[in-house]
Amino acid sequence: MMVVDAYSILWADLMVLKRRMARYLVTTLISPLLYLVAFGWGLGRGISVEGASYFEFVVPGIIALTAMNSSFNGAGTRLNVDRLFFKSFDECLMAPVSPLSLLLGKAMIGVVRGLISSAAFMIVALLIAPAFSVDPLFLVSLLVTCLAFAFLGVLAALLAKSHEDMATFGSLILLPMTFLGGTFFSVSQLPDALKFALYALPLTHSSTCLRAAALDQPFPWESLLAIGSFWLVFFVGCNLVLKRASI
Amino acid sequence: MQIMIKTEHLSKEYGGKKVVDDLDLGVNHQETFGFLGPNGAGKTTTIRILTTLTRPTSGRVWINGFDGVEEAAKVKGEFGIVQQHLSLNRELSVRENLDLHARLHHLGKAERRDRIDELLDYVDLAAYSDHLIDRISGGMKRRVMIARALIHRPRLLILDEPTVGLDAQTRRRIWDIIRRMNSDGTTVFLTTHYIEEAEALCDRVGIIHQGRMISLGSPLELRKHLGLAVVERRRSGDDTEYRYFQDRGSATEYVQSLPSSTERIVMRESNLEDVFVELTGRRVSE
Repeated sequence: MMVVDAYSILWADLMVLKRRMARYLVTTLISPLLYLVAFGWGLGRGISVEGASYFEFVVPGIIALTAMNSSFNGAGTRLNVDRLFFKSFDECLMAPVSPLSLLLGKAMIGVVRGLISSAAFMIVALLIAPAFSVDPLFLVSLLVTCLAFAFLGVLAALLAKSHEDMATFGSLILLPMTFLGGTFFSVSQLPDALKFALYALPLTHSSTCLRAAALDQPFPWESLLAIGSFWLVFFVGCNLVLKRASI
Repeated sequence: MQIMIKTEHLSKEYGGKKVVDDLDLGVNHQETFGFLGPNGAGKTTTIRILTTLTRPTSGRVWINGFDGVEEAAKVKGEFGIVQQHLSLNRELSVRENLDLHARLHHLGKAERRDRIDELLDYVDLAAYSDHLIDRISGGMKRRVMIARALIHRPRLLILDEPTVGLDAQTRRRIWDIIRRMNSDGTTVFLTTHYIEEAEALCDRVGIIHQGRMISLGSPLELRKHLGLAVVERRRSGDDTEYRYFQDRGSATEYVQSLPSSTERIVMRESNLEDVFVELTGRRVSE
């Protein structure tokens, strides 16, 4: 029943996504393609990092970034709008659905949006950089990344008291992570103290996993475990906040 | 008489301030009950407690015999609610909004389809089933919310200001739907700022002020308690004096005893608004 209820919650968001799919695909590709042009072709021409061209190096980072943004916003922004603008989230809280189903359903739309955005960018990236490979470890890393950031989005939306709070969260947490999370440079080359600080960010681990899988490097299992741990922390946080907010 | 809603010593505090204060309430099966009070009286908080959205600070609540805190999951199947604010998903169609709610209440696929068709007919929206919510009028949205609240055949329907902001024609149409639901056996718990709405629909009304129930009875009982006739003496400026009398004869005698002056004097039957204002000291819509 829990999965059926979660799907019921997800179903409504899927209907909206289906109706807007073309527009969604176009808008979701703009940002990563701009990063690709600016950093991959612009700044990175002729540079090599960790034995690969900078272009090949940066593509998995941008996929991690795309997964983060789409999953976070896909789950968080939608829930924030449902809670504070449409005020339709109360209707879900008053329905005979467990809090767990509610959280899963609300997070899953973030995962779906994250996967669609990443897949769309990957298709473009594969056309440009044939050296780039997608194996099961890459897909698992991508899925866990989407899960972690979707639940972070749900957590932020449950804590937010206004739309501005979501924007503030984006500016204070996501934006720094965008540039410091190992997306555009190799964290391994940094001093230990800074490296330690950047490995406290989930995106750093996502970039590391996706890059290793895409470039056929030794896979950093500890980073996959770290993303999983972040997901668990966000999931428990969501449960606590939802429990505090309702009976 | 079976009780649909029962509260005992129900209280809710926010930051040390009691918003609902020792509220004892009983609403009978198949009754239409009006819950009136000025803004900030505790109506919405009470509704949030009844609908399991808010945990009471103390006291207990039962919906159709189920404990509102301990058996919240069962309570959720007993009621449908039409909230004061528009709480539909505006990016979904009329049918999709109803479908979502039917899914959340575990209706099977065929049952969902049949029930949605039945309710769309019930609220005269069959022709608009595929319209997006943003493309229909305010009155239609309100009717969608009523249909949604009824999708799982609840025994209790909670209506929080169901006709606020609607024109007179739409309001009458919604009154008809509420009457029909009540005659079909649904208990109706209604809050409204429109006193004439409570008079037109409710078997009994409870008036809440500063979190406490200050009066309870049928509209006629409450009027009788205050006096069925009223004399208004409109003096210069905004000052109007109201005097209540048990019958029209006593009111007439009083009017005849008044010295002739430039005051404008009106004698009329009292109404629920008089009761409300006398009890709460201000108008409902403030």
